[in-house]
Amino acid sequence: MSRLIRNAVSMLLVMTVITGIAYPLVATGVAQVLFPHQANGSLIEQNGKPIGSELIGQSFDDPKYFWGRPSATAPQPYNGTASNGSNLGPSNTALRDAVQQRIDALRKADPGNTAPVPADLVTASGSGLDPDISPAGAQYQVARVARVRHLDTAQVQGLVAKYTQGRQLGLLGEPRVNVLQLNLALDGLQNK
Amino acid sequence: MTANDFLQIGIFLVVLLLLIKPMGSYMAHVFADEPNRLTRIGAGFERLVYRVCGIDAQEDMGWKHYAIAMLLFNVCGMVLVYAFQRLQGYLPLNPQHFPALSPDLSINTAISFITNTNWQAYSGESAMSYLTQMAALAVQNFLSAATGIAVAIAVIRGFARKTVKGIGNFWVDLTRTTLYVLLPISFLLALLLVSQGVIQNLKPYVDVPVVQTTTYANPVTDAAGNPVKDASGNPVTKPAQLTTETLPMGPAASQVAIKMLGTNGGGFFGANSAHPYENPTPFSNFLEMLAIFLIPGGLCLTFGQMVGDKRQGWAILVTMLVIFIPLAIGVTAAEQAGNPILHTLSIDQHASGLQSGGNMEGKETRFGIAASSLFTAVTTAASCGAVNNMHDSLTPLGGLVPMWLIQLGEVIFGGVGSGFYGMIAFAVVAVFIAGLMVGRTPEYIGKKVEAYEMKMASLAVLIPCALVVICTAIAVMTPTATATVANPGAHGFSEILYAVTSATGNNGSAFGGLSANIPFWNVMLGVCMFWARYTLAIAMLALAGSLAAKKHVPASAGTLPTHTPLFVTLLASVVIVVGALTFLPALALGPIAEYLMSVH
Repeated sequence: MSRLIRNAVSMLLVMTVITGIAYPLVATGVAQVLFPHQANGSLIEQNGKPIGSELIGQSFDDPKYFWGRPSATAPQPYNGTASNGSNLGPSNTALRDAVQQRIDALRKADPGNTAPVPADLVTASGSGLDPDISPAGAQYQVARVARVRHLDTAQVQGLVAKYTQGRQLGLLGEPRVNVLQLNLALDGLQNK
Repeated sequence: MTANDFLQIGIFLVVLLLLIKPMGSYMAHVFADEPNRLTRIGAGFERLVYRVCGIDAQEDMGWKHYAIAMLLFNVCGMVLVYAFQRLQGYLPLNPQHFPALSPDLSINTAISFITNTNWQAYSGESAMSYLTQMAALAVQNFLSAATGIAVAIAVIRGFARKTVKGIGNFWVDLTRTTLYVLLPISFLLALLLVSQGVIQNLKPYVDVPVVQTTTYANPVTDAAGNPVKDASGNPVTKPAQLTTETLPMGPAASQVAIKMLGTNGGGFFGANSAHPYENPTPFSNFLEMLAIFLIPGGLCLTFGQMVGDKRQGWAILVTMLVIFIPLAIGVTAAEQAGNPILHTLSIDQHASGLQSGGNMEGKETRFGIAASSLFTAVTTAASCGAVNNMHDSLTPLGGLVPMWLIQLGEVIFGGVGSGFYGMIAFAVVAVFIAGLMVGRTPEYIGKKVEAYEMKMASLAVLIPCALVVICTAIAVMTPTATATVANPGAHGFSEILYAVTSATGNNGSAFGGLSANIPFWNVMLGVCMFWARYTLAIAMLALAGSLAAKKHVPASAGTLPTHTPLFVTLLASVVIVVGALTFLPALALGPIAEYLMSVH
C-alpha cells in the first residue's frame, strides 16, 4: 500500500509538470509566435493603444450607434469580468417584460419604424459579450442611424456590408455583423 | 427547422465518422498488449516517467489492485486541486490577485474536476488564478479523462483476455493515454482554436476605453457587502457611469482544448463556450463539438478491434447514433420554433436569409439556432457539459432533451471511457434480457454472463438512477435549496432536477440560474459526483476482472449475435426504457408541465 501511495503521489506530480506547466507554457509560446493577434485577444488598436476587441462587444444605446445584443451581465452590461446570460426560463414573465421593454426602447429611438424586431436585438446573449448582431438586426437599424447622423442610407449600408461575415466556409454558424467595428467605422467616417 | 439546420447536423456527423475510424484504430494500437511502432517512438520518455515514479510497468494488476490504484490516484488529485484553490493567494501567476476560495466551494470544485464532471459553482475570470487554472484544473482535465479511458481499456481487456487474473496496469494505461492520445491532440486543437481567436497568454486583464459611455443602475451594498433593499423588497440602485471595459486574459486555449477532448467541460470563463474568447467562430464551435465525440466514439471501434471482431464496436457506435440523431433534431426543432410567450409581442422569430430566428435568449449570434442546438445535444449526450448557449433559457422541450440525454446514464457517447463502460453495462443487461426470453445462459463477446456480472452491471445502471431521484427529492424538501432557484413554477423544479442530474451524470452543465454556491449544494452535489463516478468505475472493473478469468465460449446456434440490427434495437430499447421509466415522473413535473402550460 505504501508503494502504491508513493506511485500515486509521484505520478500526480510528474503529470502536473507535464500537462499543467510544460503543455500550457509551450502552447503559449507557439501561439504567441504563430498567432500573436488572436492569442492576445484580437485587440483593435488606434495609435498603438488598444481601444477594444473584435471579439468582445460593447454596450450601445445611443440612437446614432448600432445597438448590439442586450447583455445580462452584472452590474453593468458587457462586463468583461463577469460573462453570463440572463438564465431567464422560457415561460418566466420577467423574460417577456424584459423583451417588451427592449422593443419599446428601440421604438422610442426610431419612431415610425413598426416592423417586427429581429429576435436577436431584444434577447440577451449567452455570454453577455456577444460582439455580433444578425444582418436582420442591422437592417432594422440602418434607417435610424443614417437619419440621426445625417448620412446617406447607401453609405451606411455600405459599412454594414463591409462588417458582415457570411456563414464560415459557407456552411457553419450564421451570418453576422460586428457591432463595435461598424460603430467605430461610422465614427471614423465623420471625424475625417 | 430550416434546410441549413439539417445541413449543419449532417456535416457534423459525416466529419465525425471520418475521424472516429482512424481514432479508434490508433487507440487500439496505443493499448495493444504487445509493443508496436507507436509505443516504441515514445518509449524512452515513457520509461523515464515510470522510473521517476517507481513503477513496474510489467506488473499485471488484478481488478482490485487496479481499482485501488485508480481511486488512490484520484483522491491525491483531489487534495492537490483543493490545496491550489485555498493557497492561490500566496502562489505566482495570479495577476488579478484573486484570494482563496471558500472551503466548501474548493472541495466541490476539486471533486468536480477529478470526476470529469466540471460542475462549476464559480466563474473562472473572477475567481481562479492562471496557476490554479493551468496546474490544478487543466491537469485534472487530462487525468480524469485518462482515468476514464484507462478503466474502459481494462473493461475491454476483460472481454479480450482468457483465463487470466490481470486486467492491465493502471499506471501504464494512464501514462499512455496522457502522452500518446490526450497531449498531442490537445496541443494541435489548442493551436487551431488560437487561430480562430481563443486567447493564450499570461498577461493581466486589459482595460480599453468604451466608444459610448455605459450608464447603468449600480446596486447599493451595505458595509458587509450585502445588497440594500427598499421597503418593498426591491434592490436599491444608484445611477453609475463607466468609460472603460475590462477584457479578461489568460491561458485559455490550452485548457479549452483538453476540456472538450476529455469531455470535461469546465469553462475557462463563466460563460464557458458561449464566451467569444473561448469559442470565437462557428469553425471553433465545430472543432469543439468534434473534439467532444472523438474519443467516446473512437473507443467503440477500439473495443471492436481489441476483441477481434470490429462489428461489435460498430454495433455499439450505431446504437449511440440511433438515439443521438433524433434527439439532436428534436432540440433543434424546439429552439427553431421560437419561444411561444414572445409570439404576441412585436418580435420576429422566423428564420430568414438575414437571421436564424428562433429562441435566441441565451444564444450567441454567430452560432444561431443550428450550431447552438447541436452543441447542446453533443455536450449532454457526452458527459462534457461545456455550453455554448444558456440551457436555462432553452424552450421547455429544448431543455428536456439535454436533461434526458444525461439521465439516460451518459452512455450516448458519454464521458471519455465512462460512456463506453456505461454502455457495456447496458449491453450486459440487454443480453441477459434476451437470455431470459429463451431460457439460456447469456453470452457477450464469447464470455458467459452469470449472476456476478449481472450484479455488477445492474449496480452500474441503477446507482446513478437512484442518486438522481433521491437527491432531487431531498433538495426539493430543503428550503435552503429551493430558495436558490431563479425561475418560478415548473421551471424552478427543472433547475433543481437538472443540477442533481448533471452532477450524478458527471456532466457539469447547468440550468445556470440556480445559485449553486451555497454549502448545501456544494456538499450534496459533491457527494453525487463522487459516488456516481467511482461506484460505477469500480463495479465495471469488478466485472472486467471476473470476465478476464473466464474461458472463451465459442458461439453456438443458441448464441444471440451482438453485431446485428436486432441487437442494436434491443440495446437502444433497454437504454431508453430504463431512462424513461425512471425519469418520466420527474420530467412530467418539470419541462413537460412547463411545455403544456406554455402552449395552453
